Amino acid sequence: MVEVSNKMTVMPGLRKIYGRPQSLKDVRTHYCPGCGHGIIHRLLCEVIDELDIQGRTIGVSPVGCSVFAFDYINIDFADSLHGRAPAVATGIKRSQPDKIVFTYQGDGDLAAIGLAEIVHAAVRSEKITTIFVNNANYGMTGGQMAPTTLIGQKTTTTPFGRDHRECGYPLRIAELLATVEGVVYLCREAVDTSARVIQAKKSIKTAFERQMAGDGFSLVEILSPCPSGWGMPPIKAREWLRENMMPQYKLGKFKDTREG
Amino acid sequence: MAAIMAGCRKYFAYPITPQNEIPEYMAAHMPEVGGVFLQAESELAAINMVYGAAAAGERAMTSTSGPGYSLMLEGISGIARAELPVVLVLVMRGGPGIGSLENAQLDYFSATKGGGHGGYRNIVLAASSVQELFDLTQLAFELADYYRVLVMLLVDGILGQIMEPIEIMPFSNGKTRSLPAKTWALTGTGRQRPQNIISTMLMREDETYQWHQRMAVKYQKIQAEEVRYDSYCLEDARIAVVAYGMTSRVAETAIDECREQGLPVGLIRPISLFPFPYQFISQYTHRIEGFLVTEVSMGQMVEDVRLAVNGRSEVSFVGRGGGLLSHQEITRGIRELWLKLATK
Amino acid sequence: MQREVIIAGFGGQGVLLIGQLIAYSGMLEGKAVTWLPSYGPEIRGGTCHVIVIVSDRRIGSPYVTQPAAIIVMNRPSLDKFEDRLNSGGILLINSSLTDRLPERKDIRVIAIPATDLAHKLGNSRVANLVMLGGYLGATEVVGLPTMLQALQEVFPEDKHHLLPLNKKALEVGMSYLTEP
Repeated sequence: MVEVSNKMTVMPGLRKIYGRPQSLKDVRTHYCPGCGHGIIHRLLCEVIDELDIQGRTIGVSPVGCSVFAFDYINIDFADSLHGRAPAVATGIKRSQPDKIVFTYQGDGDLAAIGLAEIVHAAVRSEKITTIFVNNANYGMTGGQMAPTTLIGQKTTTTPFGRDHRECGYPLRIAELLATVEGVVYLCREAVDTSARVIQAKKSIKTAFERQMAGDGFSLVEILSPCPSGWGMPPIKAREWLRENMMPQYKLGKFKDTREG
Repeated sequence: MAAIMAGCRKYFAYPITPQNEIPEYMAAHMPEVGGVFLQAESELAAINMVYGAAAAGERAMTSTSGPGYSLMLEGISGIARAELPVVLVLVMRGGPGIGSLENAQLDYFSATKGGGHGGYRNIVLAASSVQELFDLTQLAFELADYYRVLVMLLVDGILGQIMEPIEIMPFSNGKTRSLPAKTWALTGTGRQRPQNIISTMLMREDETYQWHQRMAVKYQKIQAEEVRYDSYCLEDARIAVVAYGMTSRVAETAIDECREQGLPVGLIRPISLFPFPYQFISQYTHRIEGFLVTEVSMGQMVEDVRLAVNGRSEVSFVGRGGGLLSHQEITRGIRELWLKLATK
Repeated sequence: MQREVIIAGFGGQGVLLIGQLIAYSGMLEGKAVTWLPSYGPEIRGGTCHVIVIVSDRRIGSPYVTQPAAIIVMNRPSLDKFEDRLNSGGILLINSSLTDRLPERKDIRVIAIPATDLAHKLGNSRVANLVMLGGYLGATEVVGLPTMLQALQEVFPEDKHHLLPLNKKALEVGMSYLTEP
C-alpha cells in the first residue's frame, strides 16, 4: 500500500494520482468556507514540492487572515508587522541569499499600510517573490474597506457603498508595479474556476523560478473570493468576483523581462 | 567600526541627522567585509529589515534619531516579542516632533521604560566617551545574542558629533560567555528539522500570560547580572552628582571645581540605564546626604534616582531642555544643594 | 594644563579642519584632546564653530563657555563670540573679513589679514591655515613639526600636492606675529 497522507492509504492495484502536497500540513485551516486562501496555500505548496525547495524556502506572513500561514505550510516562517513583510523578507534574503524567500500578503496589508514597503522592495528588485491576495476588503478585521474595494461596494466602513468622492478609487497594484523597473515578473490571476486555478499555479511557479534564477523581484496578484466579507454564499462569491472584480482588475501578464 | 569588529554584517537605516556618519561609514566599509549596507525607504522599513536579518540569525543593527526612533517603535516592540538579538543606536536630538538638532537627553523615558506598546524591556547602555561607545557597541552585540533582546546604545547628540582619540581594540569585559547557538533562526529546514517560526503574535490561549512570565524571569536575570556603572571621587563624598552620557563629563569638571573649594562631592554614572543601578545608589544613602541629578532634559532619570534613594536623602535636579549644559550650571546646583543640607 | 579654543567662521572657511589639525597634533604629542563641532542646519551658510581642547589630563566637559582663546574668521563670528572669551584670553581675528576691532580691553587681540595674506600666496582658501599659524605662534599649544606631521596625516593622499602651500600659509601666519 502507498501512503498518501498519514490518514489515507491506497488499495493495492490503484495508483495515486492526486494527494496532499508534502509541504502542506495535514490540518484543518481556520479559513471560512469558500475562501480562496486554502486554494492558494495549496498551489504554493505544490510549487514548492515540484521545485523541490521545501528545505530551503522561508516564508513571511502578513497581518490579515493569512497571518497563521505557518500553521499550514511546513517551512521556516516569520510573521511580520502590518504591511512590513517585504522589508522583513529583504532582511532575510540579504542574510540568506541562497534561500527562496516569499511574502504572502493581502490587499489591506500590501496596498494600504504596506504600500511603501512593497514598492521599494520592487524598486530595489529584491530577489523575493510576493503572493498578493486581493479580495477587495479587510477580511480578518471584519470586512472593512480596503484600497482595492470597488466603487459602490458595501463594506462595514462603507455601509452605503464606496463613494469615490469620499474614499477615492480602487488601487490597481499590478498596473502600478508594472511601471517599476525592478520588477522582473508580474501577473494577475484568479482562483474562481479550475482553469484559472491551474493558470495561477503556473504563474506562481514561474515567479519562484525567476527568483531562483536570480533575476529579481516577482509578484503574482490573485483575485480571491471572500464570501464572509462580501456577505454571500461561496458560489455567489465566485460569480461576484467574475462580474465585478475582473472588469476592474484585468487578468494577465503585466511584465516579464524575459519576454523583452 | 566597532559594530563591524563585533561581527555585525547587516546594517539597515534611513538618513537622519545627527547620526548620518554611521550609515555613511557603513556604506563605505560593509562591502570590505562582505556585509550588507542597505538604505531603507523609511525607518519603518529599516527596523523591519533588521527584524528579518536577525530572524535569519545574523548580527544586525540600525541607527537613528528621535523622529526615526518613534517610527521604529513598532518594529522594536515586535523584536521584543519575537526575542530577536538586535543592536540599535539612538542618537538623541531636541524636542518632540521634528524638534531640533540640539544636543539633548530627552529619550530616557522612552528608551528605558518601553517606548512602544506591550510591556517589554530593552537593555539600554549609555557611553560618556567615544572610546566607551566603541567598547559598549561590541558588548551590545554580545548581550543581544546572550539574552535574545534588543540592546540600545543611547547616545547624546554631542557624543554623536565629537571626535576623540580611541584605541581600536577588541572589547573584553573580563568574562567570556558562551553564546547560545541560534537554533531558532530561519535558515530553511533543510528537511532536517521541524519548521522554525519567528512570530510577534501571542494569539494562542494563555500565550500572553506565559510570555510575560518568561520575560519577567529574563528581565530579572538582566537586572541581577548586567548592571553597569562608574564613579568618580565618591570615597569621601557627602554629595553625589548622578549623570549619564556626556553630561557626566560636564559634571566631572564641575566636581573638580567644587573639590578645589573643599566641597566633598563625587559622581555616580549609570552606564546601564536598564538595568538601572538602583542598589549601587541606595547603598550610599547612609553617607551621602544629597544627590544632584543632572540631565539635558527637564528631569527623567531623576525619577529612577528618587526610587533608589527612597526618601532617605535629599534629591535635587539641574537640567535644561536642550543644548549644552555648562559645568557652571552644575557647580551652582551643587552649591545650592550644599547650602540646603547645611541649613537643614 | 588644559588649553581650549573656539574657532568660528562661515561654513567653507575650513574652520572644522583647523580644529581637527589642532586636535590631531595634540593627540600626536600624547595629550588628551576633544573636537566638538556645531552641527545641523547651522553649518550651512551662517557661522559654524568648533571647540577644541588639548590637555595634559583626562578631559571632563568638552563644552567650554569661556575659553582662553578664540579664532574668528569673519565679522558675524566676532559679534557672536567676543563676549565669551575669558578675561586675559587671546582673540585672533581675520582682519581681512572684519570691519571692526573688539571693544573689550581685558583681552589680547591679534589681528591678522589672513585672507589677504593667503591671496598673496596664490590661494585665498588657505586663510584658515594662516590663522592657525598665528594661533600656534601665540600659544605654542603644539609644536610646528607636530602640526606638519598632522597635516600630512589628516590630508588625504589626493590632496598632498597642496601640502607645501599649506605649510607656507602656516609659516606666514606664525611670522606675522613678530614681523607684521
